[in-house]
Amino acid sequence: MAASGRTPRLAVWKFASCDGCQLTLLDCEDELLGIAAAVEIAYFPEATRGTIRGHYDLSLVEGSITTPHDAERIHEVRRRSTHLVTIGACATAGGIQGLRNFADVAEYISVVYARPDYIETLATSTPIAAHVPVDFELRGCPIAKSQLVEVITAFLAGRRPVTPAHSVCIECKLKGNVCVMVAHGTPCLGPVTHAGCGALCPSYHRGCYGCYGPMETPNPAPLSQALTELGMGKRDLQRIYRTFNANAPAFREESERHDA
Amino acid sequence: MPEQQSLTPNGLQALLDALQARGYRIIGPTLRDQAVVYDDVQSLTDLPVGWTDVQEAGHYRLARRDDDALFGYAVGPHSWKHYLHTPVQRLWHAKHERDDIIVTTEPPEAPRLALFGVRSCELHAIAIQDRVLLGGHYRDVHYAARRQDNFIVAVNCAVAGGTCFCASMHTGPKAVAGYDLALTEIIDEGEHRFLIEAGTPEGVEVLSELPARQASNEDIALADAILASTAESMGREMQADDVRELLLAHLEHPRWDDVATRCLTCGNCTLVCPTCFCTSEEDSSDLTGTEMARSRRWDSCFTMDFSYLHGGSVRASHRARYRQWMTHKLATWHDQFDTSGCVGCGRCITWCPVGIDITEEVKAIRETSQEAGS
Repeated sequence: MAASGRTPRLAVWKFASCDGCQLTLLDCEDELLGIAAAVEIAYFPEATRGTIRGHYDLSLVEGSITTPHDAERIHEVRRRSTHLVTIGACATAGGIQGLRNFADVAEYISVVYARPDYIETLATSTPIAAHVPVDFELRGCPIAKSQLVEVITAFLAGRRPVTPAHSVCIECKLKGNVCVMVAHGTPCLGPVTHAGCGALCPSYHRGCYGCYGPMETPNPAPLSQALTELGMGKRDLQRIYRTFNANAPAFREESERHDA
Repeated sequence: MPEQQSLTPNGLQALLDALQARGYRIIGPTLRDQAVVYDDVQSLTDLPVGWTDVQEAGHYRLARRDDDALFGYAVGPHSWKHYLHTPVQRLWHAKHERDDIIVTTEPPEAPRLALFGVRSCELHAIAIQDRVLLGGHYRDVHYAARRQDNFIVAVNCAVAGGTCFCASMHTGPKAVAGYDLALTEIIDEGEHRFLIEAGTPEGVEVLSELPARQASNEDIALADAILASTAESMGREMQADDVRELLLAHLEHPRWDDVATRCLTCGNCTLVCPTCFCTSEEDSSDLTGTEMARSRRWDSCFTMDFSYLHGGSVRASHRARYRQWMTHKLATWHDQFDTSGCVGCGRCITWCPVGIDITEEVKAIRETSQEAGS
């Protein structure tokens, strides 16, 4: 909590990411004026021209660490922040760019760039928590607007945010959805995936893609067995775990079990 | 013995009309997203006419029947707790005004619900939730309000599903109590009719308004034969008489480790179970801190938060959580509520994404315990 009597200062920081999670803050629309009244948005390059100075009560950090420069910069952010909250799959798991962790980055660079020697990058994409202590991690690719508002509201109230870490299945059942896997034979990562999206894809008869990363106690091996029975091959299985949260330990380890 | 009468399909529509005229919101089986779910029903055409289901562990598919049966399927993914013990319930909200905090308790909603097409296993499940949520010292006012004005039309099961085992649990397939009216569907030589009997004075009153006639002895015998055949064709069975003692004597059985390797801890079994009643409370507040609310939502003994005491979850392993669920359902529920928590509906088997089968788990423990001579 901020010291009483002063409007808490909020900063939004960007590392390797697509900006989608930051945009969720601007996308708050109905709540945006309320947020702007409750906190001083002191640093948010996406929306304002503010400069980095002083200390921030709440820092929202988007993106993963992929360059030596960013690996330094995140320590500066941590030093300037009382509370550091990471937002989105990049910041909490390494993001889609975490796919580099399974490949040879030097080889990629030599193929993609005309002047590979201009590129200064790390061999891996890692979450913020691998570099500095993180006070809270908000999952999702992108994060859910309602959960972002909840995190800010909980910070202001000095309470724990309500962002359950159980499976997406529970969200489906609360909504009364018919299970797409059991009733339609549609492959779904819901049973191993962290809730938060409100079971968006299954509500539209699609399987869950695991955008929120592993749930609190994931057990992907038996799910993979069931997905195999639905017709998925080893390569399909490896790819389904290697999307936005490819580097999250439970998904990474399961994907490695399906090396062709 | 209550008098059985006979009703044509048109007569059954007259029942729906009579319930609507009495101000009931009728909830019954209907088709949505390739499954039989419970939703608003106004006409017989809202029902899954001519459909059945194929159910196995982790598998559910609709299939066409070769007749126009209205109730020719087993139970689907929903249970009546969706309407009686709702997934989310606001409990109170509060407002900060000057120096005061004004707390307003959520008034219980009392919709006039007619539950249409309730199976025997589900009547038992409702009776169990009544005992849990209304019995004893702590009454759930929201459940009480939603239960108080129900009109229940039961249906005796003419088919058993692939994961049904109510015959083992002595909870079906024939409805014996807890209904206002009970139906048995008969389709014989192309003639479609329903035997109907009343179980309460209100049931008698509604029945008296319907174009029913005395049931023939042949039809009564036919209905008995249908129910006997359903009982014979259960997809699953569970020896239930000593299961409490069996499980409590084998709390360290290696089968718990085995099931832990297969269990996803996703919580589906508990949420489709018609007797599981657990909830968690969640607080919300607005950005300015002037308004707040507390609500409760269905939770599951498979989540870490549910058993979180200071310092962590008391059931951290998959093994501990599966064992807690199954031993509570089949064993300690007897000690707590004087009944089994299982009614043999088979939903936890069908809707487990990896097809864990509670009857198989019991059987595995039973067989190895006998091998060991215990």
